Amino acid sequence: MGRYIIRRTLIAIPTLIAISFVIFLILDLAPGDPTAQLPLTIPPDVRERLRESLGFNDPMLLRWLKWLQQMAINEPLNMTEQIFGITIGDSAERTRILSWASRAPVVDTIIERIPQTLWVLGLAFIFGIIIAIPVGVISAYKQYSAFDNIGTFISMVGYSVPTFFTGLLAIVIFSVLLGWFPSFYSTTHSVDWSNWDSIWTQIKQMIMPVAVLSLFNAAALSRFTRSSVLDNLNEEYVRTARSKGLRENRVMFRHVMRNSMIPVVTLIALQIPGIFAGAIITEEIFRVNGLGQYLITSIQGADVPAVQTLTFIFAALTVLFNLVADVTYGILDPRIRYD
Amino acid sequence: MATTQERTDQTTEAAAVETSKHRSLWSDVWRQFRRHKGAMIGVFLLTVIVLACFVGPYIYPWHPEVQDLTITNLSPSWEHPAGTDSLGRDVLARVLVGGRISLAVGIVAMLIGTIIGAGLGILAGYFRLLDGPLMRLTDLFLALPILPLLLVIIMLFRDRLRNLFGPEMGIFILVVSIIGVTSWMQTARIVRGDVLSIKKKEFVLAAHSIGTKQRRMLMRHIFPNTLSPVMVSAALGVAVAIITESALSFLGLGFPSDFPTWGRLLFESKDFLQFAPARVIWPGVLISLTVLSVNFIGDGLRDALDPRLRSK
Amino acid sequence: MKRIKLLALLAVLALVVAACGAGDGDGDTTTTGDGGATPTTGDSPDPTEPPTGGNAGEGGEIILQQWQPATLLNPFLSGGTKELLASSLVLEPLAEYSPEGELVPALAADVPTVENGGISEDFTSVTWTLQEGLLWSDGTPVTAEDVVFTYEYCTGSSDCTQSSFFSGIASVEAVDDVTVQINFESPQPFPYNAFVTYQSPVLQAAQFADCMAEAAITCTEQNEFPIGTGPYVVTEFRTNDTAVYSFNENYRGVAEGQPFFGTVTIVGGGDAEASARAVLQTDEADYGWNLQVLPDVLAPMEAEGNGVLLGAFASNVERLMVNQTDPDPELGDQRSEPGTEHPFLTDPAVYQALSLAIDRQAINDVAYGDFAGRPTCNVWPADTATAAASTNNDDCLTQDIAAANALLDEAGYEDTDGDGIRETPDGEPLFILYSTSTNNVRQLTQDIVKANWAEIGVDSELKNVDAGVFFGGDSSSPDTYQAFYADIEMYTNGSGSPDAGTYMGNWTCDQVVSPSENFGGSNIARWCREDYDATYAELQAATDPEERKALSIELNDMTIQGGAMIPITWRASVSAFGNDIQGVGDLNGWDSEYWNIEDWTRSE
Repeated sequence: MGRYIIRRTLIAIPTLIAISFVIFLILDLAPGDPTAQLPLTIPPDVRERLRESLGFNDPMLLRWLKWLQQMAINEPLNMTEQIFGITIGDSAERTRILSWASRAPVVDTIIERIPQTLWVLGLAFIFGIIIAIPVGVISAYKQYSAFDNIGTFISMVGYSVPTFFTGLLAIVIFSVLLGWFPSFYSTTHSVDWSNWDSIWTQIKQMIMPVAVLSLFNAAALSRFTRSSVLDNLNEEYVRTARSKGLRENRVMFRHVMRNSMIPVVTLIALQIPGIFAGAIITEEIFRVNGLGQYLITSIQGADVPAVQTLTFIFAALTVLFNLVADVTYGILDPRIRYD
Repeated sequence: MATTQERTDQTTEAAAVETSKHRSLWSDVWRQFRRHKGAMIGVFLLTVIVLACFVGPYIYPWHPEVQDLTITNLSPSWEHPAGTDSLGRDVLARVLVGGRISLAVGIVAMLIGTIIGAGLGILAGYFRLLDGPLMRLTDLFLALPILPLLLVIIMLFRDRLRNLFGPEMGIFILVVSIIGVTSWMQTARIVRGDVLSIKKKEFVLAAHSIGTKQRRMLMRHIFPNTLSPVMVSAALGVAVAIITESALSFLGLGFPSDFPTWGRLLFESKDFLQFAPARVIWPGVLISLTVLSVNFIGDGLRDALDPRLRSK
Repeated sequence: MKRIKLLALLAVLALVVAACGAGDGDGDTTTTGDGGATPTTGDSPDPTEPPTGGNAGEGGEIILQQWQPATLLNPFLSGGTKELLASSLVLEPLAEYSPEGELVPALAADVPTVENGGISEDFTSVTWTLQEGLLWSDGTPVTAEDVVFTYEYCTGSSDCTQSSFFSGIASVEAVDDVTVQINFESPQPFPYNAFVTYQSPVLQAAQFADCMAEAAITCTEQNEFPIGTGPYVVTEFRTNDTAVYSFNENYRGVAEGQPFFGTVTIVGGGDAEASARAVLQTDEADYGWNLQVLPDVLAPMEAEGNGVLLGAFASNVERLMVNQTDPDPELGDQRSEPGTEHPFLTDPAVYQALSLAIDRQAINDVAYGDFAGRPTCNVWPADTATAAASTNNDDCLTQDIAAANALLDEAGYEDTDGDGIRETPDGEPLFILYSTSTNNVRQLTQDIVKANWAEIGVDSELKNVDAGVFFGGDSSSPDTYQAFYADIEMYTNGSGSPDAGTYMGNWTCDQVVSPSENFGGSNIARWCREDYDATYAELQAATDPEERKALSIELNDMTIQGGAMIPITWRASVSAFGNDIQGVGDLNGWDSEYWNIEDWTRSE
């Protein structure tokens, strides 16, 4: 198992480099211009100078290599310094990846925004799991019952109705017409855990996006859980267990669940990077200024360093969680051996 | 010990039984499919929607492009069942015409994705040499963050394709290709897994030993047996394609303003949700119903094609 | 089973830890040291703490919505209006414009004129005198050296977007601690360019000392927390997201109880409609900026009675640029080159007919609404101290299809093949490729104009290009507005100042844009008339305000009647205010909308 992990990690490195190159290539071909958002009163020669100084006109390979060096070496060094409070080498001179729009380091902005994304999407993800698994298991156990039919229907609907539609409806109903919840997510609100008002404000601004997303996540996951449990319920060993006289509880939790959860857990691990992809639309609708919204504004503003860094981070997360999923699968399923 | 006569009688009897109750694979599948209530409702709904979108505009009196600035943003009425939009155009007419494009995008994108995915999956599964590199390629595509790259690629190629193929075809080709090219991976993986297990089956060995050529082997033996997961995947692929196109248009990056796809209509109307809700509800509900029906159909297909369930 | 539980537990723990990080990490993420820190410490000072003298800062918090949030607070590194606005709470210029377009002193004691000796007789230099006793927010005095430094800072860095404000300046000298003299290379009758408006404020020399030349963009601390003289001080800044300010205790108006509000929070993100909703419906904000929302949505919101919409009409005009050259792809390299001539758009009969056929009132009703737009026939639409709006072209305000048709009939544009489209006498159909940026309002306008032109036998294809591409400067892209590979383009432009002197220079012959010269220049329509150049030279030399007004009218008429462009709408910037916000007055379209925020109060 250890050897497998090491081997996969070693393969991951050239994969990531290749991915970053592909992303960079695509972005480089994109026709945007960072000076496009400046007012028209700024004369063309000033814009040209700006583009020069941003490095916009440098050859692509050069820019990619610079970015790679900054991303792979400079940024991790900076982060280690900040976390541990030490200084490694010549940190003042180290060039960081600067956003073309804000001239501030991209990684700093990303770290600033992670809390928002995690609060909303992370919670939605967790709630989705908490709802989906019991629903899926019970649906499978009582197949074709009323619970199953209703549950299936609701999850089909939840899965088919696009989140931007339900999100829009939720905002108009709960925020505008009823006035229960704010329509803007305030990122400067810091939760004071000892103060109930402060916690309640945070809950109020999170309820709608979390609810909408959880419904969607739960719908997809519960279908999958249900079919996985069904597969297992039809297996021979379940019949054996029952005929041995085991209590139903034990049959379910000790035997069926353990086996059914294997593909479910792997799916969950694979979906984690998907959090960030889903973030893009949800954050647009609910005005949560997180990573997804940052990506969209960077794309619209042709801010290549920011887009490059963000998409690379998403890709790295995908590769990482693929590995986690595979390893988890190996841990949970004794039949799988990776050597 | 049966006599030759008795044995012949038995064979004829058996043959007679065979011909009188001819059951093919597909009729079995259809029978099982029919038993899935959701799937049947899905088929019904989908047929209604498809007919409404492709035939409807010929019957419906209002034209989707005709403006009348005196009747902007009306609520639904008998005359305009879905109301009018900011330029006085009839919303229902636009929804119907938009449905054509949305459905077409869904189907064509799915076809592209499925063909690529199934093709690569079969190649990877059958030819061991190709397996490694093709699977690495799949991993690469799976690791690429799709939505951001979609956004960038659309910005990148939209105008060039429009110049080449004209505004309508250009953007259509762009959107379906992108969705197709970024959705083949799951199909490829599933098909590859299937091909790997089929390869081990005895009939393949038998075919091999009588000297079947590779191409015939693939087309006649391997491929037809991968059809069931491919079909299920295809059905669900249509749903995903429609939602992806709607999401892209919703973000403002899909079809331009002259093409009223459902996603585009949602994008244009989202500010009006409170004041002219019909403009938002019609396309939103239609997207949901279409995707719902397709998902139910996919579900039904999966149940119907699963041999274990069918034997019950 | 145990292992699954363990994994799940770990996952939940990880998320909780991250979430807790959100709770107490807010203040730490942006301030990275005390380099330019102000006396007000911490995140948001207690607004009820009595300040030194007066009742300044007792008004609590005001929430400003900028759906396009600022990316940094240094206006010299990013000339975008959103950054200029957000910085204007902190940084101030020597003089600013009132909503009526009149110069009002800010940091200066008064506006220099020829009469008071501020402007030299030969117009080659202007002398500004600072007010007595001005302090930066960190308590140090403002001196003329700061003004000189700002000039050197911008002209010394290739990243400075506002360098055009310092063009034509030979030198800037500090005569004494409070007097600055700006010397020009040639006589400038209207010398109010540098250090006027929120587009070129004064920076503190001490804070930005290490940020010259290439270092400008790396000074993140200074760019996000500038020290200024304005009513507020930055306490928290998240790029593209939020900015929080608290009142400046060293502000010169503190003695009079200014500013009223103790904290300002600028919230960004979302879109214009969400901003409007936050102010007019859900009362989550007190002010919303730049509400580019369709009138059918905005009007009902205002009707709910929680707030008001104010429009600032400056000089922004949405217009159709008429390509004087031939954009035919068949010409290859010569496409849209100044040597070629458009087959029909240079004919007065054609462009006048096109203009007459447009139903400007309908466009205004559908796309802008009365608070956000007025139909116009002028490229210079405003009456200010030194410029005036012409009334000579106003017959285009009424749509007249019959007259348009008559014009075309007389000029010989017949529909010879019966397809409903007229042809030129040479047989070329009147087909117009009509291009603009991707934007709801613009697409609606295009739809209406296309229908209008169809009524006079002119066919058009509507094209829209992503704004980032359309306004970008990619010289290899065929879709930029400079390339003008179309017959007609539509966009908005306006003057940065209430004086027409710089703005009308956009249509002189030397500004003609040429693809072969990498699209430098701002005369997008490639329109060139000698008499225009001559009249423009007169405007450059005119010193009498009445003379300037007359000349601005003349230049305007020349461009319209000469067919360089077809104006459609005079656009205002629309902002919403909550009903309880008082003291705003008229919305300022010539300078920062926050220009008088120290006067804003909240009624009980």
